[in-house]
Amino acid sequence: MAENIGTIFQWLIFLGMAFLSVLASFLVITRKNPIHSALFLVLTLLSVAVLYLLLYSQFIAIIQVVVYAGAIVMLIVFVIMLLDLEVELRSKLKIVYSKVIGGFLAILFLFGILYAVVAKSPTGKVGPYTPDKVSTNVKAVGEVLFTQYLFPFEIISILLVAAIIGAVILSKKRT
Amino acid sequence: MWVVPEIPPALYLMLSGVLFTMGVIGALTRRNAIVVFMCIELMLNAVNLSFVTFSYFLQSLDGVIFAFFVMAVAAAEAAVGLAIFVMIYRSRETINLDEINLLKW
Repeated sequence: MAENIGTIFQWLIFLGMAFLSVLASFLVITRKNPIHSALFLVLTLLSVAVLYLLLYSQFIAIIQVVVYAGAIVMLIVFVIMLLDLEVELRSKLKIVYSKVIGGFLAILFLFGILYAVVAKSPTGKVGPYTPDKVSTNVKAVGEVLFTQYLFPFEIISILLVAAIIGAVILSKKRT
Repeated sequence: MWVVPEIPPALYLMLSGVLFTMGVIGALTRRNAIVVFMCIELMLNAVNLSFVTFSYFLQSLDGVIFAFFVMAVAAAEAAVGLAIFVMIYRSRETINLDEINLLKW
């Protein structure tokens, strides 16, 4: 009985967060004011972070909140406030044929994904990390990251340095 | 006794597909460069969700590591992309994607 209650709560959290994330992402793409879009993007990212917790991935959930909702969206909001977008706000949203066709193709693509998901359940080589073993998820992730994936990790640090230098050089005034 | 089934992975993957499609529609229909950028973040996020789902249901941590790398690339992309938007705004006074057509054939 106790297990049953836990599963029911998992279902409730999953359905609530799924609904919230879809609603918030819909609002992201329909709001005219980019600041509102950015704030609804934060809501989407936070609800997806709760889903990560439901999947026993505490590490990626915390990184999601800190990096995505904290750093990236903060940067986006900062740039929106630097730019003067009043003209964009006043212009009407035009219905163009290319947009309708693009949206239609995207929905067709969604049906392709849904069919692929329903048709065959995911299979593959099952690893050693059962849910009760990753209760200390951060430790397990750290061990894998610093042994098996050490080289990609170093490459990522080089990429981040390149991005920092690129951003500084781009925003420097031309002499 | 009736036992409630676990949440199947298909539901997570469907949610991921719906979020990805939202991002695609937004990137195709909106013309403000920053909103298009946010839609790209939405798509990356949807892909991350499916990575973590596979990681959980296949009991392997590779998916989590890949999601971590995707986040690092997204952060780098945000820094450079937003710097480019500021530069474009300085020289063209707009970030409407229909008016930035210098490279258009």
